[in-house]
Amino acid sequence: MDSTGVIIAFYVLAAMTIGSAVSVVVVRNMIHAVMGLIGTFAGLAGLYVTLSADFIAITQILIYIGAISILFLFAIVLTPQASRNNQESFLRFPALVLALLVAGVLIFVALDNTWNLSHAPDFPETASTIGELLLKTYVLPFEIASVLLLVAVVGSIVLVRPEPVEED
Amino acid sequence: MTSFFLKGEWYDFRDLGNPVGGLLHDIDKIAPHWVVYVVASLIGTGGIVLWGVLSCLAFIWIERRVVALMQNRKGPNRVGPAGLLQPVADALKLLMKEAITPRAADKIVFWAGPVLIFVPALAVFAVIPFGPKMTLADLNVGVLFLIAIAGINTPAVFLAGWSSNNKYALLGAMRTIAMLISYEIIQVLALLGPVLLVGSMRLGDLVGWQDHYNTWIFFIQPVGLMAYIFAGAVETNRSPTDIAEAESEIVAGYHTEYGGIKFGFFYQAEYLAGFAIAAAITTLYMGGYTLWGAEKYIPSWIIFLGKLYTVFFIYIWARGTLPRLRIDQLMAFAWKFLLPIMLVNTLVVGGEVLIWRENDISDVTALTLIGLVNFFFGAALVIGWARFLGHGRGRQVGRRALLTQEVGAVYFGAETSS
Repeated sequence: MDSTGVIIAFYVLAAMTIGSAVSVVVVRNMIHAVMGLIGTFAGLAGLYVTLSADFIAITQILIYIGAISILFLFAIVLTPQASRNNQESFLRFPALVLALLVAGVLIFVALDNTWNLSHAPDFPETASTIGELLLKTYVLPFEIASVLLLVAVVGSIVLVRPEPVEED
Repeated sequence: MTSFFLKGEWYDFRDLGNPVGGLLHDIDKIAPHWVVYVVASLIGTGGIVLWGVLSCLAFIWIERRVVALMQNRKGPNRVGPAGLLQPVADALKLLMKEAITPRAADKIVFWAGPVLIFVPALAVFAVIPFGPKMTLADLNVGVLFLIAIAGINTPAVFLAGWSSNNKYALLGAMRTIAMLISYEIIQVLALLGPVLLVGSMRLGDLVGWQDHYNTWIFFIQPVGLMAYIFAGAVETNRSPTDIAEAESEIVAGYHTEYGGIKFGFFYQAEYLAGFAIAAAITTLYMGGYTLWGAEKYIPSWIIFLGKLYTVFFIYIWARGTLPRLRIDQLMAFAWKFLLPIMLVNTLVVGGEVLIWRENDISDVTALTLIGLVNFFFGAALVIGWARFLGHGRGRQVGRRALLTQEVGAVYFGAETSS
């Protein structure tokens, strides 16, 4: 975080991330909210780049912008009540309380912490390191996660599969 | 401009990176570091944009003429000599048309669609090495970047189709999303083969590997290349798979409501995405800017562009030749045919690389063996899996028309025996 460029980039990306995140909550139209969400994801990917976590940044774009946002869009389009948009509901006061509590915790931690600057050298490449860690040290959780995903895929296929037609 | 002849030899400007590098070196002496950085990125981006626009204009004419030749027509031949100024006239027409926004459209999203779709089409070229020193950003996750940036297309197309407030646009957008998400998996699996072989996701390393072993991954990964070419056609909406804008079914798909320069954006982004796929195929499978030593005499970017345009020509050829697939055929092809084949292919390549690294085999022997095994195994796999799925040649023989009408025949394959 030494050079001026990185600091400028950090503030621009942080503003973009927070601004889009605020727009997700404030905007009434659901599709506009998803657009804000995409902006948040993109800003986060940029922040990962400034932290020289290139693999995570690219994965953030690939998974979140390319797939998760589509999931949200489909959920909105397929929901019958989606046209009522972000209207006020009876949950707004509990949500406000919860959000204030979370914000309070975050602010407390941010103020309470003594922020030590890390002097570790830049990671030259993260992809190969992540790959080796996933397939050597953490191979069991990695495989369990992949089997879980496979089960989810097979389960969803079974759920939507039409009943076999009876042969006469 | 002495840096133009850095080594005092005529072919030294084979690499356009040399004069730019000399310029940046000179700037570095008089200005702070960030100025050099900004100037370098501006030169790179400007060069890519300029090249992209000029190539698009040229290929609009070439594609129309070539397809016309294939279909025994003349194609554009009135504006300028041999119709050469036709793309310019088209561009001017698009610029001057009234930009119509439907009254019921979502204005902001409607406007954001064409802009968003332009981003991935251009950003892909940032990681493509046009020459030894001609990469804007040689990321160490370059291959992943190719896929991730192309993935931005998906929400952009959806937003464009949804905001138009038109059922054809929405249908086109839905089709595109289904296609893109299915074929993204095929793309990832197809690109996994070269990455496994080379052991790096940096596109410069991939080119360097192919240069070092004097081979193209094309010869080692034929099945992967075929799958990637097809997935690329789907990704860029090229013709055998352009069901997202099938004009005989859903008017023009997600850009039905777009006219004027907004449509121009979609058109140009489609071309740029086609070039991007061709560039990716060139870099990953066809040796990039190298040509078995000829890059010493021919400027490397000319080699690269020559290969790129050759690959793009295959897409034009397919457009002039192949009929459009139906949506269920396209989906079934991805999930039932390509996905199992690509999974097996990845397993085979992984095993081969493991055997190659563990044992003391000379590189030439290993690569020849891997290439031969992959070719024959891949061919056997494709034919065998097609037979298994019931697309073998034998089944269609002996099918008899049950009911023949003057306009055609209705076939009932399963019931002919009874």
